[in-house]
Amino acid sequence: MEFGKSGFLNEDGIHVDMDRLKNGEVNLGTSIMAITFKDGVILGADSRTTTGAYIANRVTDKLTRVHDTIWCCRSGSAADTQAVADIVQYQLGLFSMQSGKPPTTQTAASIFQEICYANKDRLSAGLIIAGWDERHGGQVYSIPLGGSLHKQPYAIGGSGSTYIYGFCDANWREGMEEADAVGFVKEALKEAIKWDGSSGGVIRMVVLTAKGADRHLYLPDTDYTVRHN
Amino acid sequence: MPGFDFSNYNRNAALCARGMSLPKATSTGTTIVGCIFDGGVVIAADTRATSGPIVADKNCEKLHYISPNIWCAGAGTAADTEFTTALISSQLELHSLSTGRKPRVVTCMTMLKQHLFRYQGHIGAYLVVAGVDPTGTHLFTVHAHGSTDKLPYVTMGSGSLAAMSVFESSWKSNLTQEEAIDLCSKAILAGIFNDLGSGSNVDVAIITPEKTTLKRNHITPNQRVPKLGNYVFRRGTTAVLNEKVIRKEELGNFVSIHEMTEEADKMEVDT
Repeated sequence: MEFGKSGFLNEDGIHVDMDRLKNGEVNLGTSIMAITFKDGVILGADSRTTTGAYIANRVTDKLTRVHDTIWCCRSGSAADTQAVADIVQYQLGLFSMQSGKPPTTQTAASIFQEICYANKDRLSAGLIIAGWDERHGGQVYSIPLGGSLHKQPYAIGGSGSTYIYGFCDANWREGMEEADAVGFVKEALKEAIKWDGSSGGVIRMVVLTAKGADRHLYLPDTDYTVRHN
Repeated sequence: MPGFDFSNYNRNAALCARGMSLPKATSTGTTIVGCIFDGGVVIAADTRATSGPIVADKNCEKLHYISPNIWCAGAGTAADTEFTTALISSQLELHSLSTGRKPRVVTCMTMLKQHLFRYQGHIGAYLVVAGVDPTGTHLFTVHAHGSTDKLPYVTMGSGSLAAMSVFESSWKSNLTQEEAIDLCSKAILAGIFNDLGSGSNVDVAIITPEKTTLKRNHITPNQRVPKLGNYVFRRGTTAVLNEKVIRKEELGNFVSIHEMTEEADKMEVDT
């Protein structure tokens, strides 16, 4: 079957051209993941942004806040994912002000999906939404390229994720303690960065629990062992 | 029928398919940089504008005014950087007049990214946005497709690799104003000398909470000097082999001469 470079759906109406970044567009050739654990969720990402072979930003923040305890991991086109995240952040802000209570992760994921599906032939955005809310605790949702929505115990994404499917499947456990969960995310991302040329830089994490958001930063100079900030 | 006429689009597509290339826009094959220091931010640019292999302007301005406390360095298509910054500058001034507050750098950055995203990269503006506002000092890059980055030091344009090498080897935290100006200038010079798309002079803008200083042609490393030699030949260089003088009265022997009448002498002039 032929896969054109047009960015439109194939004749069968199912297959989408994956290689459709516009020329010179800033790309997040990425390793991202989010997992649920005992007290909430953890999001993790590398920090590499590329334009072709050039690293446009080596300390990128791919973990984006859309509400106090609902965050997303961005992969694909930097412009597209930032635009989508900005819209969702606005919608959730409006929602919480009008209803007087924080939105659920499911609501956030639903808004994301709406945008990703309605504009599926214009966007190259692979998103993982993770959040903690009073009603459901920690939840992880994945929205891949076509705009489908999947609730998962953990999700991995980006070009680097192909290298850690085996690792994650073998090592992930339901209801981990925070320290173990942080260790799991860190080891998985270390492996993805090691094997994927489009991933690299620092490892960023966000831990979302009842206590709010907690940021982690690990640098490659210490082989990602020491936590800064 | 009202609205846009797209008939030329089909013509252009047909011409394109037959191998005719589109006309080239003037592009600022550029080096632009920015760097935060303790108490403000510095942005700098080279001054070469190119159109393909031709240097279109040897001393153009790539530092654009947004508001008194926000300035922008532009790379990419010259016309697009010029008009995009002018448009956002205008909207931001009206916004600040209606809110009665000083414009913020994040507002400027958000307006730029939303404008550029709407045009899906067809507006070829690559910008470094810098400024000081009531919330602090800020430095951003905005790409043509609408993505943004926030960093303590940034480079853009064709000379960005040369400039970034200077930052990556010499940048440190807690720079003074003089050190930041010096570092940005060095980064631009790296672009001027190592990148074919960049050249001529260094422009610098320094933004602090107190004031903005624009140093046009801060460094001019490519001044024209008087030529050491010339091609004017000495009188008598060409030998005279023979000489013949034709007097005015004899001119009729060589060409046909018609005397002009008064009527024909009058030129036709549109009234």
